[in-house]
Amino acid sequence: MALLEVRGLNKRFGGLTAVEDLSFGLENGEILGLIGPNGAGKTTLFNLVTGFHRPDTGTVFFKGEDITGLRPHQICNRGLARTFQITQPFANLTVLENVKIGAYNRTPSSREATQEALRILETVGLYEKRNELASALSVGHRKNLELAKALATRPELVLLDEVVAGLNPKETDTIIDYINRIQNQRITILLIEHVMKAIMSLCNRIVVIHYGKKIAEGVPQDISKNPKVIEAYLGEEYILAKNQ
Amino acid sequence: MSLPGLPLLLQSIVSGILMGGVYSLVAIGLTLIFGVMRIINFAHGSLMMLGMFTTYWLFVLLGIDPYLSLLFSIPILFILGIVIERFLIAQVLDAPEYNQLLLTLGISLFIENFALFLWTPNFRTLDVQYVKKAATVGTVMISLPKLIAFLFAIMLTALLYYFLKSTDLGKAIRATSEEKEGALTVGINMRRIYYLAFGIGAACVGAAGTLTAPFFYVNPHVGGIFVITAFVVVVLGGMGNFIGALAGGLIVGLAESVGAAFVPGQLKQFIIYFIFILVLLFKPQGLFGRRGE
Amino acid sequence: MSSTNHRIRDLFVIGAVGAFLLILPQFLGRYFIHLITMIFFFGYLGMAWNILGGYAGQFSFGHAAFFGVGAFTSTLLQIHVGVNPWIGMFLAGIGGLLLGLSIGSLSFRYGLRGPYFALAMLALAEMLRLLAVEWMAAKYPLGITIPLKGDSFWYFQFKSKVPYYYISLIMMAAVLYLTRMIEGRRMGSYFKAIRENENAADALGINVFKYKLLAMAISSFLTAVGGTFYAQYYLTIEEESAFGVGISIEVLLGPIIGGAGTVLGPVLGAGILEILSEVTRNILGAYSGVHLMVYGAILIVVIIFLPSGILGGLQMAFWKLSKGK
Repeated sequence: MALLEVRGLNKRFGGLTAVEDLSFGLENGEILGLIGPNGAGKTTLFNLVTGFHRPDTGTVFFKGEDITGLRPHQICNRGLARTFQITQPFANLTVLENVKIGAYNRTPSSREATQEALRILETVGLYEKRNELASALSVGHRKNLELAKALATRPELVLLDEVVAGLNPKETDTIIDYINRIQNQRITILLIEHVMKAIMSLCNRIVVIHYGKKIAEGVPQDISKNPKVIEAYLGEEYILAKNQ
Repeated sequence: MSLPGLPLLLQSIVSGILMGGVYSLVAIGLTLIFGVMRIINFAHGSLMMLGMFTTYWLFVLLGIDPYLSLLFSIPILFILGIVIERFLIAQVLDAPEYNQLLLTLGISLFIENFALFLWTPNFRTLDVQYVKKAATVGTVMISLPKLIAFLFAIMLTALLYYFLKSTDLGKAIRATSEEKEGALTVGINMRRIYYLAFGIGAACVGAAGTLTAPFFYVNPHVGGIFVITAFVVVVLGGMGNFIGALAGGLIVGLAESVGAAFVPGQLKQFIIYFIFILVLLFKPQGLFGRRGE
Repeated sequence: MSSTNHRIRDLFVIGAVGAFLLILPQFLGRYFIHLITMIFFFGYLGMAWNILGGYAGQFSFGHAAFFGVGAFTSTLLQIHVGVNPWIGMFLAGIGGLLLGLSIGSLSFRYGLRGPYFALAMLALAEMLRLLAVEWMAAKYPLGITIPLKGDSFWYFQFKSKVPYYYISLIMMAAVLYLTRMIEGRRMGSYFKAIRENENAADALGINVFKYKLLAMAISSFLTAVGGTFYAQYYLTIEEESAFGVGISIEVLLGPIIGGAGTVLGPVLGAGILEILSEVTRNILGAYSGVHLMVYGAILIVVIIFLPSGILGGLQMAFWKLSKGK
């Protein structure tokens, strides 16, 4: 049984179709990458899966349970966490408090939540900044914080929305390393990314989305050679030019 | 609660529309300020009160006709509005929403109670002899000062509409209200637009005060009554929506007046508040939709 | 300093301050006892508001609704049904609680936030005030007076101000303790998360609706209980002082000025405001409400220069200083 299964999702905003007849599955323990040109509907998909938007039609199954239409907090409580593309820190709270709030999802005890938060901050490399206000962090650190918060809820599946974008090469390597470690902790990962290095080195499989539709699915090597994918990113003219 | 007869109903409808014109003028200032700056101006009522007192003192001390005093109250309130924006409101434009509301609350508290200190809580009325008349059409009595207020209000609203539609400055204001980023990009001086918009908003409500003074009592606390009504109108018409404020003013004026025919005394205000909460809950974008959201 | 040392130090400070406050009435005249009682009382009300406003981030401009409901509930029950005022105080709290849950579920269910929530609460308080005005016009044109029963703890009436002083001190201390408890636990963190970013809170498993309602419940209950104290202190209530905008504003000014979202902010704010209001009254004269002019000025200054209030500002400064080391 797939950990996450998305069946026939459709979502329109006014006249705009954001997601069209989208279906795919996510197996336990894998890292699935979601790629596609900007505006392809990837973040909308995240919002649909995590309860921030309701799909017009279609269903989302998590651990065999139909979670379509549930509220975000209910979905989080079932073990599905997410990060936001534009980071959403609790600005006037400290880094520690930020992560502690995530940890409180698993325990009502202040002391345990603090310990868990400190542990996670250590692994993400934010321990030194634990008493700083979240609003004072750099973009890179904010992304780390976003990740830390989500992980503090001890999810079985975490949805990462462009956690690599905007980081310098060193930070990128660190995050990639960390994401691998998350996978080793048997947490399944669905990630949206534009940074090819991250996608290629992390993902077991990739789903490609264009104009809200799935146009390809497979392992990274196959995807990189898939003509439809190339066309989506580079345009029809490139294919035609190449074939001439 | 007794059912009103037709004559009373007609009377309330007429009075309601007349008063509604004034509400529209008050609300248009408020909605302009919100549309341009996204600020809910709690001090709006106190500015109206200042308009009323300007007219009152000019009348009592210098014998100036209340309607003539528009020539004074409009510029005075315009300048006051600019000063308030430049020195106070501009400081919190980037602050969280609550701060802006609290600031305007502070300003309204200050103005209202400073007026209380200067002019005592006594209720004053303007004894303007030549308008103490009412025309009678059929069974309906049309109070002259209310009619004049209505006509002036509509005229000023039309002037403002023309200004926003056709002049460069007006277009700049509308551009800022609709698309702030775009307006910045084409080089519109945002700071100037802000204080001008606030000034215009203040001038509108100051004018409304002047027009109301001949038939309403004048008192430092009078602003508080009108400010809530103004909020209801603005929310009903859609925040930032000019036409909405116009229509909303008439609707609220009608609802209040007709409601007063059905329910005793103070409870007509109750109806207004009730509508307010209902609109906030179920149709927060108002009947005509919000500007730029 | 280790955590046990912290505890010992805190207890010592609390003990010292407590002892000081307990013996203070011995040295003060009636006027000052009244003043300090009012500081405790408005500190109490401010802290009650602060739970919903400063911590959960939902600023209500109409807390007079709960205050008035509390005052009227206990008073009417006392006069018409003979309910003991202490029991009436609890029932008053329940009344406020029910009102809070009602308006809260509607508001939060339909996503009323920010200034719109603030104004909706104001509208609610005004609606109740108007109802009171109408209802009282015939029966109680001069307000409702509680029959004098002399000096009696049972009837919650005292000739001297001193017992009121102690009662308000206990009330304030209780809510101080409650706020401290909440702040240190998950509930407090969840409130703050909701205040800072509702979507992020939702994504972390927080049932935003439930917690907002919880904050509202606590706040409205406590505020209504305060209404009873007020009624028993002045032994008379009327619509303006119970449901008026004045009370709504006074209740929120303390926390804003002292520091919303801090434990002691409301008390500090209440202290400053009460003292200012007395000073203003003496210097500027009689018209009730003139002290509001000074309040308005202070509010303007605080919002522009110290938006997180005095204690909030101090915390920031302290932060910056400790970072510089």
